Amino acid sequence: MQFQFANQGLGWSDTYFLAQGVLNTIRLAVAATIVGTLAGIVLGWLRTVSVTVRFITAPFIDIVRSVPMIIQLILANSFLSLLGIGASPFLFGTVALSLWMSAVTAEVVRAGLLSVPLQYRKSARSLGMNGLQELVYISMPLAFRTALTPWIGLVLSLIKDSALAGVVGYVEYMRSTQILITRTHETWLLLMGAGLFYFIICYPVSRYSRRLERRIVV
Amino acid sequence: MIEIRNVRKTFGALTVLKGINLDVNKGELLCLIGASGSGKSTLLQCINGLEPIQGGEIVVDGVSVHDPKTNINTLRQKLGIVFQQYNAFPHLTALENVALAPRVVAKRSRKEARALALKHLEHVGLGSKADSLPSQMSGGQQQRLAIARALAMEPSYMLFDEVTSALDPELVGEVLETMRLLKREGMTMVVVTHDISFARESADRVAFLHQGEVCEIGTAGEVIDNPHKEQTQKFLRREKRQPLEVA
Repeated sequence: MQFQFANQGLGWSDTYFLAQGVLNTIRLAVAATIVGTLAGIVLGWLRTVSVTVRFITAPFIDIVRSVPMIIQLILANSFLSLLGIGASPFLFGTVALSLWMSAVTAEVVRAGLLSVPLQYRKSARSLGMNGLQELVYISMPLAFRTALTPWIGLVLSLIKDSALAGVVGYVEYMRSTQILITRTHETWLLLMGAGLFYFIICYPVSRYSRRLERRIVV
Repeated sequence: MIEIRNVRKTFGALTVLKGINLDVNKGELLCLIGASGSGKSTLLQCINGLEPIQGGEIVVDGVSVHDPKTNINTLRQKLGIVFQQYNAFPHLTALENVALAPRVVAKRSRKEARALALKHLEHVGLGSKADSLPSQMSGGQQQRLAIARALAMEPSYMLFDEVTSALDPELVGEVLETMRLLKREGMTMVVVTHDISFARESADRVAFLHQGEVCEIGTAGEVIDNPHKEQTQKFLRREKRQPLEVA
């Protein structure tokens, strides 16, 4: 009778494990992009119209933008554990990445809104539009043109930073790759695969955004 | 009728309007002339509440413009304004520029708003440009678009704020022609202008503003051809000399 390690080399059975990681990464990135962007739009708008909100939220924006994501993740995770609040790794990862996304999106949105020339807003108001109508029909579409490119940059960052969510126990693609490396020592192959995966996801996003920009800016 | 009663306007320590009294009667074309900084444009923007005032009152058809209880958005539908910079919304086609406010402010159906917009575009001679973006139009066309956009709200009054000042000389004519058309149709208009010849030929009355006050007011014949006040005479001499300096 032959004794066999269950975990020797890289096998086809591992693709299922890796595919799981891929799906988890996409789930996390999509969820955090949507939640973070929506929250960022609201936050950015509030920061544009209200000095009080700008003042109150400044520390949040500054800290989130300036402290490395991995430190934020670990500290927040420990903090929650100390408080005895347990969250699923997916939920925790989504919240953490969304917070980051909302802070950086808010600044992009604010810059976009501030770039809308006052004369267009005045014209809109002179036609009888109220502040909300002016925002929805004039300021937001014009801000969107300015903000699109930097926002795509943020999405790309977010996709790549989602690889850090492994540190809080979420088995996304990078984490699953690391687990397999530990077992199989196929460092090169697996990391090349991981790098290729992120490239395949990010490259179309940036290509698509370039096409979109050309179409928008007439 | 627009009644301007003792209106004062300050920007910080600077007093721009020092108690203006002026009436705009239904159906007339009133030109406001005066040197840069005399307060003409500011006064115009006070009339539709884009600028707050620090004293006095402006009453449009019996409604006080700066009264906090007044619904300014409703009142503004009565007061079309066209600016020096054409301000055509750059992300919308000509038709959408004109149809937007009728749709979202006047709550007309999409179809109605488009029909109305097309009617007003044709009115200012831009029917063929309906699907063009402002960036594909000349300055004169964009300015006529701005006029059509204001007209689509079917205002009782039209305010023009130096609408030809930013245009190339060869494009001025088409915009003035559109304004003459409106006058023939009986629109009540307040026109801030540097174009003395337009004021002389088209205005029912001309008001000369000097340092935030109405210095002289009367028919074009009185104010432009036969001014009584020394400041008016000086201003007109300067304005008449300018074309020669350019040439």
